[in-house]
Amino acid sequence: MEEVPHDCPGVSSAQAGRGASCQGCPNQGICASGAGAAPDPAIEEIKERMKTVKHKILVLSGKGGVGKSTFSAHLAHGLAEDENTQVALLDIDICGPSIPKIMGLEGEQVHQSGSGWSPVFLEDNLGVMSVGFLLSSPDDAVIWRGPKKNGMIKQFLRDVDWGEVDYLIVDTPPGTSDEHLSAVQYLAAAHIDGAVIITTPQEVSLQDVRKEISFCHKVKLPIIGVVENMSSFTCPKCQESQIFPPTTGGAEVMCQDLKVPLLGKVPLDPRIGKSCDKGESFFAEVPDSPATLAYRSIIQRIQESCSLRQPKGENLVGS
Amino acid sequence: MEEVPHDCPGVSSAQAGRGASCQGCPNQGICASGAGAAPDPAIEEIKERMKTVKHKILVLSGKGGVGKSTFSAHLAHGLAEDENTQVALLDIDICGPSIPKIMGLEGEQVHQSGSGWSPVFLEDNLGVMSVGFLLSSPDDAVIWRGPKKNGMIKQFLRDVDWGEVDYLIVDTPPGTSDEHLSAVQYLAAAHIDGAVIITTPQEVSLQDVRKEISFCHKVKLPIIGVVENMSSFTCPKCQKESQIFPPTTGGAEVMCQDLKVPLLGKVPLDPRIGKSCDKGESFFAEVPDSPATLAYRSIIQRIQESCSLRQPKGENLVGS
Repeated sequence: MEEVPHDCPGVSSAQAGRGASCQGCPNQGICASGAGAAPDPAIEEIKERMKTVKHKILVLSGKGGVGKSTFSAHLAHGLAEDENTQVALLDIDICGPSIPKIMGLEGEQVHQSGSGWSPVFLEDNLGVMSVGFLLSSPDDAVIWRGPKKNGMIKQFLRDVDWGEVDYLIVDTPPGTSDEHLSAVQYLAAAHIDGAVIITTPQEVSLQDVRKEISFCHKVKLPIIGVVENMSSFTCPKCQESQIFPPTTGGAEVMCQDLKVPLLGKVPLDPRIGKSCDKGESFFAEVPDSPATLAYRSIIQRIQESCSLRQPKGENLVGS
Repeated sequence: MEEVPHDCPGVSSAQAGRGASCQGCPNQGICASGAGAAPDPAIEEIKERMKTVKHKILVLSGKGGVGKSTFSAHLAHGLAEDENTQVALLDIDICGPSIPKIMGLEGEQVHQSGSGWSPVFLEDNLGVMSVGFLLSSPDDAVIWRGPKKNGMIKQFLRDVDWGEVDYLIVDTPPGTSDEHLSAVQYLAAAHIDGAVIITTPQEVSLQDVRKEISFCHKVKLPIIGVVENMSSFTCPKCQKESQIFPPTTGGAEVMCQDLKVPLLGKVPLDPRIGKSCDKGESFFAEVPDSPATLAYRSIIQRIQESCSLRQPKGENLVGS
């Protein structure tokens, strides 16, 4: 039975073949020779491109369907409410790009200019990019293996001309695989402020989210904090219910155990799903929902966390 | 701007460089030379291994978090209630393997025998395999790129000794990428009965599920049908029915009509399902009279009927 190297740093990481967990792996020699680790020129190009981007936030979850794209979209909406804040939203979910629909931008096209690809602008101060804009139809499947997805992500980071941006939000698919490694590696020289990790309360989700937290530690990605989504459901008749019971204490206990900040809990309001399907901002549709208030509080905490980090690479908060 | 070949058949597919959509792709020459398409000996080995497996079902969704693993686990539980039915459950979600927890098998180990890896048996007639069993701790992250995941999936299909099995259920992660292509390609010679595709009612999910249906068509994987999960929510306190994920475009029902695929059923959202999964218990055993249990059972029966229309030795009576 072939040993599964549990902590494989990745064949193209700087630690390939050299990590403690590489001992005994049959591929150790190949990796240590550096075969997979030739530096990619794109990393420097991306560093240049990112010089006009002050803060970069990755929205992650080990678990699917917890509300990453919904959160990313509304983080973008919330930040962009200040006309003087320039916001960019990049969707690197190549197989299931939800951002165009959620932002009400389906059918929009990406244009090329002299300085690169132009994002699709929802507002003057809110630009969006997704593979969804490159498809003939929103239902077209993108059936790509890892290397091809990585190429697309590299292009997004290197070729999109965002202009001067205060916040770049990167929405990701679930997992700890190609897209996540690529995002972190291509942005390696450009300094990511940190990750916001989304979960739902049940243990089946938290288990995957602990893996995502572990991923962040391994790649030295600071964790801004965790958001517990679908925390509770307000039954219109009797006012409360738990859809996904927090059998092991929910995100609160996990965050205490792992010493990461809990940014907040967002209740499940069915009107959120409706807004996303319609491509409208939930904040505009239902400004007084407890979910809106919860989101806004979380967004404020994220802004505070980012302001503690100098925009030119000095990280005041340890990872 | 580099052209995105929308219908790229995949660099290692038999159609690489030769498909209609390859025209104009800058990589066409390389692909057509067959550089990426050397036949993998594992495919024949897997065909041999699968000779003792009558029916193979892939559980798919373009969308995450719709209940694939929950459904896969309960499909396994339901089929295995008949002691004479041998069931195998294979979890090929490498990054987020939920099956060990949902099946109450966390901490179990995989053993090697002369005939291959032994699955972990929940019951005499229900065996399970997942990368989760190979980790030191359930919270260990598996941070692998596509090629490494593909290698694991190949090992699972080639090296696990399931024995004589009536149903092999393959649980997958969301998407249309490495895991899905690998499962279909490695099982290419072994005949998959079909795919059960899980969705929730809202359009954001259906959009991803249409892509999954498109994937099935492209790789010629028959579609057994679609399951709409979390269809509605009945408050356990006051019994009021609510729509948590409103079907703004008609839900799975309209999508299935449009795309001419069977709708196998709709499962309401019962919070006790999540509890059962967290505890690793069968929801059917915990809440046998829940409307969700009844819905699941009806769907399982339709799946069995669909599989029985397909001869186990590769004759597919139902067109894909």
